[in-house]
Amino acid sequence: MTTSRAQQRSLALNLLIWVFVVVWLILAAFPFFWTLWGSFKVELDFFSITDWTDALFGPRTEASYGRPFTGAGYEGAWVQEEFWKAVINTSIVCVSVVCISLTFGTLGGYALSRSGYRYTFWLLIIALIFRALPQITLVSGYLQPFFAWNLWGILPTTIIVLVAINQPFTLWMLHSFFTKIPMELDESAKVDGCTQFQAFRYVIIPVMWPGVITTGLFSFLLAYNDFAVAAMLLQEESRTMVPAIAAFLGTTQTEGNVMFAVAAVVSATAPLFVMVLFFQRQIVSGLTAGAVKG
Amino acid sequence: MKHRTFFWFFLPSGLAMFLFIFLPILSVISQSLFTPHDAVLVTVENCGPFGCTEETTVDQEATEALRSDQPLGQWAGLGIYLDRGHLAINEVRQLWQTAPSWGSFFDRLGNLPFYRAMGFTLTYTFIVTPLTILAGLAIALAVNTLSSWLKGLVIFFSLLPFIVPPLIGSLILFWMIDARGVVGSFIQWAASDPGLSLKASTGLTWITLMVYGVWHSAPFAFVIFYAGLQTLPQDTLESAVIDGASRWQRIRYVVVPHLMPLVTFVALIQLMDNFRVFEPIIGFSASAHARSLSWAIFNDLGGETRLLSSAAATSVLTIICVAILLSPVLVRTWRDFNGKT
Repeated sequence: MTTSRAQQRSLALNLLIWVFVVVWLILAAFPFFWTLWGSFKVELDFFSITDWTDALFGPRTEASYGRPFTGAGYEGAWVQEEFWKAVINTSIVCVSVVCISLTFGTLGGYALSRSGYRYTFWLLIIALIFRALPQITLVSGYLQPFFAWNLWGILPTTIIVLVAINQPFTLWMLHSFFTKIPMELDESAKVDGCTQFQAFRYVIIPVMWPGVITTGLFSFLLAYNDFAVAAMLLQEESRTMVPAIAAFLGTTQTEGNVMFAVAAVVSATAPLFVMVLFFQRQIVSGLTAGAVKG
Repeated sequence: MKHRTFFWFFLPSGLAMFLFIFLPILSVISQSLFTPHDAVLVTVENCGPFGCTEETTVDQEATEALRSDQPLGQWAGLGIYLDRGHLAINEVRQLWQTAPSWGSFFDRLGNLPFYRAMGFTLTYTFIVTPLTILAGLAIALAVNTLSSWLKGLVIFFSLLPFIVPPLIGSLILFWMIDARGVVGSFIQWAASDPGLSLKASTGLTWITLMVYGVWHSAPFAFVIFYAGLQTLPQDTLESAVIDGASRWQRIRYVVVPHLMPLVTFVALIQLMDNFRVFEPIIGFSASAHARSLSWAIFNDLGGETRLLSSAAATSVLTIICVAILLSPVLVRTWRDFNGKT
């Protein structure tokens, strides 16, 4: 590959770029590795008054457990504070939200992309406005009716609420994806005698998976990351991970068990790390797909 | 596509949004106009051998009857909006008349809960959004010069702050900036002030929250700008070089205009997301120094006494703010759309 004149750089500039990139990498990644490392220490090492290097070598951890690493924080979080329940709840919520919102979203997004009428524009604009509303404002609208109809505190309610909150984004994303699939595909199927639904079922569904997987990743992230809805709509037994961690803070700070919360935070971050590892390409393409459209 | 077919395709999605986004907005509005009923009190005079005593008790039956008769509560009109917890009309009027200068007017306005939350939310939104765009652009320009296998690695690590739940991200940073944490001790050492704590003062707390905000969303801006840079027209760049444009001029007059639509997009998304800033305040335990509108609603809803009406009024005011914030975008989109047809 020949480098053009536009790409030539002086040594000083190259150095500057390198320093900048390295600084950004440290800013972005170091906190996660530091917390991962520190989660295997005792609190007095991770939050050391005397010397910050204690968190690296763990002298007090060694004094208590004979090794510089301990799984005590994880044991406390998962067994004693029953974090595993929150993990199960989160899995249920995430899987259901992704499946339902993709089903609704593909149908809706497909229809929006294939209908040339004016109302599709307005529906997309309304979806954009809904997307802009802070979730917590909606939550204050849910509480009274949900209490009255005894829907409060259970997982299905939270799942359907998250699906609804997810819809505007899912619609936008899948709409922009379906507009890229040529209309001729389903038109020709319809000429051959298919109904619109059959055209969707036999012609569009086989080719839509890349876009659906990308959208699904973002639906998953929304459900996984949600705090406001789950914290307000779920009772203690059916809590998901993020509100459970927030609840840890209240109880553990007084008992001196901050390390439980640290271990729980690391446990909740690990699946996301793996997800980025495998789906980096899809996440990046999803982010940019929205941008190209917008 | 026929209207009928469209309707059936769109129905599940539309119904979900209607039931759980549109109706809740109506519910919020109605809740903000009513207050819960007070308990019906009855005073009975008990006369016994030792004289008469007056006793006030709650008439459970009458209270129950009143509540089921008017389930929405007592009509309060705009009363909740105007009270001290929200727009605080009386207090503001009084301040307006008594405050000696603009500075002290705004200073005292900041003591009223709603204006205080509004002040933080707006400051946060309008500082973090431009900084995010600048940081994202700088990272994208820098990463774009790297060799391709390094790019993948940098993008991988860059995505982490963006992808973790905001509460978790802020907790991770919060533990590091703790006075006993690694960054906290470093700052104390750098400032040679062993008592320095980022949590102690309002100004430092605000800065911490904003740094977190940029850290969290810069990757998003970076990825989008980076994708935009891949489609940069090379011949325009070449001709700029031939015309003698310096590196800075090329960025200023070729790259930035090319990325402008993306900048608008990132700004729009960031305005929406930063305006709802909430989880970092919980994660950084910063509510003593910084409160946002979302935090105020959450605080009203939680706790022993659920102040539904108060939360609803704040929610309606927040929705109005979002509408005002979005209106330029909406007007522009509408014009574009009308121009096309």
